Amino acid sequence: MSATTYVVGDSLTMLRRNLKHALRYPSLTFAVVVMPVMMLLLFNYAYGSTLGAGIGGGSYIDYVAPGIVLMAAISGSLVTAIGVCTDMTEGIVNRFRTMAISRSAFLAGHVVGSLIQTVIGLVLVIGAALAMGFRPTAGPVEWLAAAGLLVFVALALTWISAGIGLVAKTVESASNMPMPLQFLPFIGSAIVPTDSMPTALRWFAEYQPFTPIIETLRGLMMGTPIGNSAWSALAWCTGLTLLGFFWSRSVFYRR
Amino acid sequence: MAAISAVGLTKSYGDKAVLNGIDLEIPAGSVFALLGPNGAGKTTTVQILSTLIPADGGVARVAGHDVVRQADQVRAAIGVTGQFSAVDNLLTAEENLMLMADLNHLRRREGRRRAEDLLRRFDLTEAARKPVVTFSGGMRRKLDLAMTLVGDPRVIFLDEPTTGLDPRSRRTMWEIIRGLVADHGVTIFLTTQYLEEADELADRIAVLDGGRIVAEGTAEELKRIVPGGRIRLQFADAAHLGVAAGLFDYATVDPEALRLDIPGDNSVLTVKAVLDALDNASVRAESLVVETADLDDVFLTLTGEGAR
Repeated sequence: MSATTYVVGDSLTMLRRNLKHALRYPSLTFAVVVMPVMMLLLFNYAYGSTLGAGIGGGSYIDYVAPGIVLMAAISGSLVTAIGVCTDMTEGIVNRFRTMAISRSAFLAGHVVGSLIQTVIGLVLVIGAALAMGFRPTAGPVEWLAAAGLLVFVALALTWISAGIGLVAKTVESASNMPMPLQFLPFIGSAIVPTDSMPTALRWFAEYQPFTPIIETLRGLMMGTPIGNSAWSALAWCTGLTLLGFFWSRSVFYRR
Repeated sequence: MAAISAVGLTKSYGDKAVLNGIDLEIPAGSVFALLGPNGAGKTTTVQILSTLIPADGGVARVAGHDVVRQADQVRAAIGVTGQFSAVDNLLTAEENLMLMADLNHLRRREGRRRAEDLLRRFDLTEAARKPVVTFSGGMRRKLDLAMTLVGDPRVIFLDEPTTGLDPRSRRTMWEIIRGLVADHGVTIFLTTQYLEEADELADRIAVLDGGRIVAEGTAEELKRIVPGGRIRLQFADAAHLGVAAGLFDYATVDPEALRLDIPGDNSVLTVKAVLDALDNASVRAESLVVETADLDDVFLTLTGEGAR
């Protein structure tokens, strides 16, 4: 009975387990959706007219929605750290390790489970944006590309998050450590264009990973120019996915 | 054939040596207890034998396979119930067992049959559909062991299986463990810091201290290491105790408990000699108890705690 022959079966078992957790205790998934929806409400109804005028007219929700959808993808992914760390700090992971099961199944189950939750969250957040008057110009191909990019971002951050969950000593720190990542889009083009920022900040905003991703998303959804952003976005996602994947794997196998 | 064998296992964390060369030879179908105080290296030994961590030196074979080179074969043959409960708190008892059935690659029907069987055997049927979060420590430990048994392991490791349980749950666990050996002929490797537990369950006991096995044998053999027992006298006041203490050379005095322990065998002659000595000195003892050596004496003597 070789463990490697069961990679898929064991991963599916682990996935089922994680989805059961999510279904039974939906508060975490729910919280991940509530935050971006609150921000949509805030930025659309409270600050929308001023910010809209600041970026040169047009409907502000059409500008801000892609950024906030990305934030939803980020916060959804970062929840993975909590699930992974909870398992690591409880005895269950040692039980898995003493069983003849595929070693990658544990992480694969977490990552895929988390990805499914994030996608559901994204659908809800995009639905909320549409209800508030978000009117994307995207056709089916653009939507597909945007969806693909969002899933890719989520995959990258979910792997990073899994790694954070593995190295975090407590569930609290697993929940707090990725916080800076959640704020990065604010220092990017999520809320306002980067060229309105002071020089130093603008330099940072333009070279951080989320700006090209937001620009690509906005381009796909609203038809604004994308330029080289698409390539930078894909490069960042690929890099972060590989980094997260190999980091998590090496930490998991070492412990 | 030995179910578990190990030669010269060593393990250090940093410059702290946890195991200093452990040799084991445990026949199939027996219960082996590794007895030792906290920090003796019990858990580390279990972790090495159950493929969780590699040893720094030495070799170990479990169920006929090398724990490092044939880890998967070892894992397929063993079940481990660790010191900290390895149950999924967010699932129900039944779901936990089905999770194990799936990870053991059992067919759905077979898995369900085994889960139901284990729930019945461990008296968890009523709680089967309740989330494990709501379970008491005893129930959790039972479920933990039930999960270990889903895969029908031939060698079972139990790392301090009753630590933290109330006396009643402890008795229940003991009965379950005895039943495993009687009905299924599995080999059990048990660690414990309770001498009583080792005495109750194990065919052979090894005493681990400071990363070394300092004694090994049956409970009876170990008890023989510390010869004789003691005669314990209880006095009504310090005056009588004081006089009595002067009569016996090797006695230990406990002034607070007003108690005098006289080492020696428990023959009638010895007891008579003690009583005569008290009589001649006109000292009145309230009570006399003759105690034989128990495993506690063995333990304290061997692990050097008695010297303190």
